[in-house]
Amino acid sequence: MRQTLAIATGKTLLEILHRTGRGGTAFPGLVATKIAPHILRDLTARLPGGSAMVIGTNGKTTTTRLFATILETAGVKVANNRSGSNLIRGLTSTLLNQASLRGKLTADMGLFEVDEAAFPQAQAEIQPRLILMNNLFRDQLDRYGEIDTIRKRWAESIKTLAPGTKLILNADDPSMAYLARFAPEGVKTVFFGLDHPPLALAKLAHAVDAAKCIVCGTNMVYDAIYISHMGHYHCPNCDFRRPDPQFVVKEVKLSVSEGSQFVLETPDGPLELKVGVPGLYNVYNAAGASAAALSMGIATGHVTKGLEKFKSVFGRIERIALGEGRHLLLALVKNPVGFNEVLRMLTHDPAQKLKMMVIINDLYADGRDVSWLWDVDFEVLADRLGWVQTGGLRATDMANRLKYAGIDPALISWEEDIATSLKLAMDRLPANETLYITPTYTAMLQLREILQKMGLVVPFWEE
Amino acid sequence: MKLEIAFLYHDLMNIYGDRGNIITLSQRARWRGIETTVTELSVGDPVDPDKYDFYFFGGGQDKEQYAVADDLKGEKGAALKEAAAKGAVFLAVCGGYQLLGHYYRPDNGPDLLGIGLLDVHTIAGNKRCIGNVIIQSEFGTLVAFENHSGKTYLGPQARPLGRSEIGYGNNAEDGNEGAIQNNVFGCYLHGSLLPKNPHFADHLLKLALQRRYGPVELTPLDDTVEMAAHRAALQRARDTR
Repeated sequence: MRQTLAIATGKTLLEILHRTGRGGTAFPGLVATKIAPHILRDLTARLPGGSAMVIGTNGKTTTTRLFATILETAGVKVANNRSGSNLIRGLTSTLLNQASLRGKLTADMGLFEVDEAAFPQAQAEIQPRLILMNNLFRDQLDRYGEIDTIRKRWAESIKTLAPGTKLILNADDPSMAYLARFAPEGVKTVFFGLDHPPLALAKLAHAVDAAKCIVCGTNMVYDAIYISHMGHYHCPNCDFRRPDPQFVVKEVKLSVSEGSQFVLETPDGPLELKVGVPGLYNVYNAAGASAAALSMGIATGHVTKGLEKFKSVFGRIERIALGEGRHLLLALVKNPVGFNEVLRMLTHDPAQKLKMMVIINDLYADGRDVSWLWDVDFEVLADRLGWVQTGGLRATDMANRLKYAGIDPALISWEEDIATSLKLAMDRLPANETLYITPTYTAMLQLREILQKMGLVVPFWEE
Repeated sequence: MKLEIAFLYHDLMNIYGDRGNIITLSQRARWRGIETTVTELSVGDPVDPDKYDFYFFGGGQDKEQYAVADDLKGEKGAALKEAAAKGAVFLAVCGGYQLLGHYYRPDNGPDLLGIGLLDVHTIAGNKRCIGNVIIQSEFGTLVAFENHSGKTYLGPQARPLGRSEIGYGNNAEDGNEGAIQNNVFGCYLHGSLLPKNPHFADHLLKLALQRRYGPVELTPLDDTVEMAAHRAALQRARDTR
């Protein structure tokens, strides 16, 4: 009875929000949960194919969408929380959206990206059959607490997994390898990882979280570092080391405009894959999604095709044409590691003088402490910038950070109001050039609204 | 002129972007033509108490803090005390602040011993103090971001860095933030602290140079961006707390 009332109320709210043009994704779920606290458990239990879950600090939205695209290519109907609304209430809203007024679901299975802090509760409620764990980075410490704490919570949650659950883990992240140790008997662990020495970095960056062995505290030895603390590692003191992955990425070719190509070695032979979004981190995301899909028994042809037709996720990386050969390229930034990877991608071509706009807000969803900007290696931009315009509530902090990174102050301007700041930048952008925009989460939401008013992009809940 | 900076436990006590303080201090020295070196010193690295003019000691996660406390016992702690006695400047934030004090007392388990450069001690609290802060200090107004649950109490040898106009401060009880004892400064101020408080950065820079060169006058720099960030942070603190 409560369930029926919760579903009906939630659905009515969703309907009203959509009609009034508001994309509010979490509110109806919140109300439904207030009426029937276990509504999420009840709804997911109705899915014939069960549920899968994606967690990790960086790339979970893209990975979830890659995974969903593969599943859809294979003809599986997926209930998927699309707009990065990944707390319990957001997951509930997603299912409400797909349910009939009587609670019937049209989807075959659920696929959810889940917030780091919400994972234990979401896992207990949803009882997923597969969990894809990408990585664990420092991200918004004021919200989540320290990494050790999150890892402990995840480990506790993993201990409770039902037999038959599949855990798909990134072997290159020591935290993921460590978490695998907590899987109870009957849970199947599958690893994926990267093996391409030409892409290895010379040393660990400042923003690195896991230089110490998680088991015994000794300094870890790295034979290769690919992104931040991810790579080939072993502890010289105890038996902790990178597990040998069943799915291995090799022969990576990166391109900002074309996306990446790579070979994925699988237990059933090699696959040549293409993914239409740039950056090495998206190679990891694609490898994780492929390993998960293949572990579920999805055919290789669907994986190849799914990845190829993948379109970029809301805001993670988007390219927008302005006319006269001018473009905007938007890449969401939310923590030092993600930002460093975006900078690595943008500075790929040494001849290019970048025109950039960096928009930093400090609201709850962005992380209220902007200290993290000092962990990003903006120093790589020195001599590589045509000019840079900053915007958002912390436009001045950002401008100051760039000055201290050694960028000529004459190239830096700031304006807090995002619409005005964007206009200034677009007015300066010459024909046939791209403006690279890196906003934080709430800045991206505002930016999308501004661009939409200019008639440039569709609202994200209608995707 | 030359400036030698030591970054203590750069690999373990480096969360919350506190390395912005090192970047700021060294850039402001270099922009004035002062040759600056930053040396990273971690667990097991010896400290030459005569070498460094400025020590920075940031915050870390609990587990790392134990490894660091262990390393500070014995010779390393003694060398840092000697350096402080000879006038070297220390800036310690959060976990580093706690470890420069006498001890940190967790909820359960033994005390984590510090080196006692600052006459302060810290007791684990059950409330996290998070948010933008404004401090009124003898060096002018300071803007920053606090994020701690430990409550720090000052003994008679230390004086507060300033009064919390907005924010919880040392212990959410006495309205003070941070501690100063001779040239040793400790506080809970992230943000990073020095980039948007250039007046305080220059005060520390002067103190650090004094040890070798006596009283120095610093060439003024164009702080337009820094002060714009300072003013924006003041506004954010007033809007958000």
